[in-house]
Amino acid sequence: MRQSILSKTDSPLIVCEHVSCTYGNAPVVEDVYLTINRGEFVGIVGPSGSGKTTLLKAIIGSQPVAHGSITIDPRLTIGYVPQVETVDWYFPVTVEEVIVMTRTKTKWWPRITSKERADVREVLEKLGIAEVAGRHIRELSGGQQQRVFLARAMFCQPDVLILDEPTSGVDVRTRHEILHLLADLHQEGLTIVLTTHDLNGLAAHLPRVVCFKKTVIADGSPREVLTSEVLEVTYGAPMEVLEHGGMPLVVDHGRVAMRGEGK
Amino acid sequence: MIFAFDLFEPYEFQFFRNGLIVATIAGALCGLLGVFVILRGMSYIGHGLSHAVFGGAAASAVMKVNYFLGAGIWGVVSGLLIARVARRRVIGADAAIGVVTTASFALGLALMNRYGQASKSIEAVLFGSVLGVKVADIYAVSLVALLGLAVVVLGYRKLLFSTFDRDVAQVSNVRVSLVEALLLAMISLTILVTMRVIGTLLISALLVIPAASARMTTNSFSRLLWVSPIIGAVTCFFGMNLSYHLDTSASATIILLDALVFVTVYGFAGVRNRTKMASLGHL
Repeated sequence: MRQSILSKTDSPLIVCEHVSCTYGNAPVVEDVYLTINRGEFVGIVGPSGSGKTTLLKAIIGSQPVAHGSITIDPRLTIGYVPQVETVDWYFPVTVEEVIVMTRTKTKWWPRITSKERADVREVLEKLGIAEVAGRHIRELSGGQQQRVFLARAMFCQPDVLILDEPTSGVDVRTRHEILHLLADLHQEGLTIVLTTHDLNGLAAHLPRVVCFKKTVIADGSPREVLTSEVLEVTYGAPMEVLEHGGMPLVVDHGRVAMRGEGK
Repeated sequence: MIFAFDLFEPYEFQFFRNGLIVATIAGALCGLLGVFVILRGMSYIGHGLSHAVFGGAAASAVMKVNYFLGAGIWGVVSGLLIARVARRRVIGADAAIGVVTTASFALGLALMNRYGQASKSIEAVLFGSVLGVKVADIYAVSLVALLGLAVVVLGYRKLLFSTFDRDVAQVSNVRVSLVEALLLAMISLTILVTMRVIGTLLISALLVIPAASARMTTNSFSRLLWVSPIIGAVTCFFGMNLSYHLDTSASATIILLDALVFVTVYGFAGVRNRTKMASLGHL
């Protein structure tokens, strides 16, 4: 039956209609209409506190929806990669244990089987970090840590991969690696939804970008969405958009001004 | 020879043998569940639940209901109540524990003052008493230990997943609330069957110190689940023996021995970690 979901071109996998979420009485997400189709690679951009993470959590089901509905085919498997800042890096787990813990249906004895070990190795090899399987998660570099959680999400062979700020806190080289890795997975047919603050380094490279500030401000290709008008509404500050190599390049006037004052 | 004779002297007494068995099994059990207590940041729950169970013990004594039944139901209900109240984020887990358990403790105290032989019973419940340990306690602690082991073995990955990453576990079809309720119920039962030897005031230490010591020796969750119960059982065994020879309270001696192990491991782990972190400087 899963084949039928996956074989339909442009079939909607996730449909948010009139979705609102609140923390206490404070609305965090308001009246969101958003459809994610099979095979899409979507980036949700917006300022801190704009409700991006809340929207993702509502999609995966860990945040209650106050109004509206989110329709997801129950046969759909979602792989979720949380923000690395939320991970307890001191927790006593090895990389292998982090990945295998998602397979909760085991025989009565919870030992890692040789089949599971081989599966872990396969997914780690695919992400280029096979050598870290036995290491504690704190002993890894930022890029490796991000890949471990990507590996955990991939381990359950998801139909949709949802990532919350996958390039937050990583250096430029690691950001490139992660972007290429995600692009490869998308090429293989995986549907990907991610949030990011990184307009130039990540969002501008994606086929579809959603500007978000409690609700959807604009939705389309980077060229259509990353405009001065849309970004000013989204971020509440003037932003100039230039073109570089056929792609939009966002200039943050705040930073330019700061640099000017520094001189 | 005199030394050897002295070492085995307490074993002549039935009460000591009973107390030793209960304490050793309880140490292993607390060490096992303590792993989840420290990793979930629930140390205060152990402290609070032991106070709540005290209320149940007092109520069951006044109502002339079986101790295990009365205090057991009271403890499990308190645990579930804490979990329920804590889910309302406005209040928070620490405040929920504070309200539920201190109210329960105060109720127990009031009941004992009003109807019971207060001072003697309260002292035994607060600080534990080896003399009060019966064969029924051995059966009770063994049963709860087997139950605890079964819960941890059969629910290993669900427990690990929900402890490490609650949100993702929830969306991966792990019934997190059920897992948490089960864990709280097991901790309540553990406190219940251990309270007579260790006492209400010090039992939370047995839930925290062996696991905290073990945590410093390994970075693997599966290994932690072996090391922590071993530390708990060994310190309880030697603590009981030492308490007889030093003529000190069994619970106090056990906890002091646990604290000594903690300090020793802390010292060694500090040196080892500094060396290891220095070697990871390139990352």
